[in-house]
Amino acid sequence: MRELRYREALREAMFEEMERDERVFLMGEEVGHYQGAYKVSEGLLEKFGEKRVIDTPIAEAGFAGIGIGAAMVGLRPIIEFMTWNFSFVAFDQIISNAAKVHQMSAGAIRVPIVFRGPNGAAKQVASQHSHSCAPFYTSIPGLYVIQPSTPRDAKGLLKSAIRSNNPVIFLEGETLYGVKGEVPDEGVEELIPIGESRLARPGADCTIVTWGRPYYTVLAAAEKLAAEGIECEVIDPRTLRPLDTKLMVESVRKTNRCVVVHEHWPYGGPGAEIVDRIQREAFDYLDAPVDRVTGLDVPMPYALNLEDKVLPTEERVIDAVKRVSYAR
Amino acid sequence: MLIRRFEEEAARHYAKGNIGGFLHLYIGQEAIAVAAADVLQPQDYIFQTYRDHGIALARGMSPNAAMAELFGKDTGCSRGFGGSMHFFDVERGFLGGWAIVGGHLALAAGTAFKSKYNEEDRVTICFFGEGSTNIGGFHEAMSLAGLWKLPIVFVCENNQYAMGTPLERTSPLTDLSIKAEGYGMMGDHLEGHDVDVVQAHLAKAVDRARNGGGPTFVEIKTYRFRGHSMSDPAKYRSRTELEQRKQQDPVTVVRERLLGMGVDESTIDDIDLEVDEALDEAVRFAEESEPAREELMMSTVLAPEGDS
Repeated sequence: MRELRYREALREAMFEEMERDERVFLMGEEVGHYQGAYKVSEGLLEKFGEKRVIDTPIAEAGFAGIGIGAAMVGLRPIIEFMTWNFSFVAFDQIISNAAKVHQMSAGAIRVPIVFRGPNGAAKQVASQHSHSCAPFYTSIPGLYVIQPSTPRDAKGLLKSAIRSNNPVIFLEGETLYGVKGEVPDEGVEELIPIGESRLARPGADCTIVTWGRPYYTVLAAAEKLAAEGIECEVIDPRTLRPLDTKLMVESVRKTNRCVVVHEHWPYGGPGAEIVDRIQREAFDYLDAPVDRVTGLDVPMPYALNLEDKVLPTEERVIDAVKRVSYAR
Repeated sequence: MLIRRFEEEAARHYAKGNIGGFLHLYIGQEAIAVAAADVLQPQDYIFQTYRDHGIALARGMSPNAAMAELFGKDTGCSRGFGGSMHFFDVERGFLGGWAIVGGHLALAAGTAFKSKYNEEDRVTICFFGEGSTNIGGFHEAMSLAGLWKLPIVFVCENNQYAMGTPLERTSPLTDLSIKAEGYGMMGDHLEGHDVDVVQAHLAKAVDRARNGGGPTFVEIKTYRFRGHSMSDPAKYRSRTELEQRKQQDPVTVVRERLLGMGVDESTIDDIDLEVDEALDEAVRFAEESEPAREELMMSTVLAPEGDS
């Protein structure tokens, strides 16, 4: 194992898959000559040329649609949204076309495409640039939705996404690009299957399900709770659709308590879906209602003091764990 | 004639309740589909809106598969998952009827992008109505196709009414083909009731795309003799206007031309009879076919993985 940044892990995944398969290309705003708005695609233009690393005008609906059309007839596009906030103008392409044509054509047409880019709040980018987009896309049958928390998961899941025969929504963390983590050595290929949760931290007292940026908030909170004698078991679903509940349900059967921590708004979405599944699949094992720590139900304010209030914090995680543990 | 009679038959079975959902008929616009099918090669791709029966039949889809789809049967061209608005015939390069206005233009450009990427001898033709020319999807697809010089022909079937609203009330331009210039592509415009005229114009545009000359935007003025869909009595236009346009019925134009060329009336009557028989058979086939399959509903949400 070696250490890589999250952004480097993503770049390696694209590099390896583009080298492996001529049909794979990267298309988006500033992905080529500019080297990527977040430098994820740095160096890819030099390696693969303008044919396969394609700069586009600012026209998300247009290039998302072109990607879908190309995928329908056999190419394997990676479409980069500079941020997922800009995917809303391509929403119709993703929902009405990418997610529908396989069934609409009775299985005759496949859409092997990856839509990827940074998701969620960064720092003080205010209400139009801070959307945590999982709830929109997880509600659509016909799509996979992946949101990796660590560099290793980012690489292994992006490789699987590129090899998938279906449209994949790949939500990267805008604030995670610089995070370092262990990734298998060069030459060691790891494909992490779509739709498998991962045990991030073992513990006997309370289950926490989390992903994305709050993953790190939760791990830090878990250390503080451990110091007080409460051992949390942390599960990262990694893929939000399809959702693998096996590990979380097994964990809740052991700990009898569960907190779900996520950045997206509280109304619906994968956070609420997880609570629903756990109450149905582990009802008899629960000693307290499943609780949630979420992004607050407001548009994201600009001011730092307010943004800090909106995003899940260690304190709110610790409070929630103590609440479901009836500990004070 | 097959398209005309197919649509009349579909209208009848819609009224009887055998066909559900929305039904948009192509009656009056047939010359365009027939001409396009003639100029395209078997490897070419076709995209159409929800008014898609005409081009599908012209491309060679059997009336059986088309009618069975309208009836929601497993033997339909989309096995009962598409209906009238979503015909598919991948083997013939017919990549769909699409029902969000303007949404399929970028898809069509994407298939042309692939043809260029793989250096294939293949052209995409994409049909849409004049109503599409006001939505963003039109602009972005045209703009990217022009920028990348994709092998595609955009055919605007201008039937004068975006549902019930005439062109003068939706567009500052009545000659839409001048939009082409703004996208760095060639533009053309013509009347669409004479199949030979349409054929000649489309052949030029398709050749240009095939020979590396980039996309063309072709505006074809046409007229639908029926309402926008079966629920539309078309009260927004006058009886006189309709009767005038019917003087230029593309089917009559062909018939008269054939007679003028010395073809026997009885030969044409024989063709009519054959078409009638084919449609009787299509309706019988659709009625007797098995309904759409429930197990396919779950198994076609996502494509199988592996073999990538």
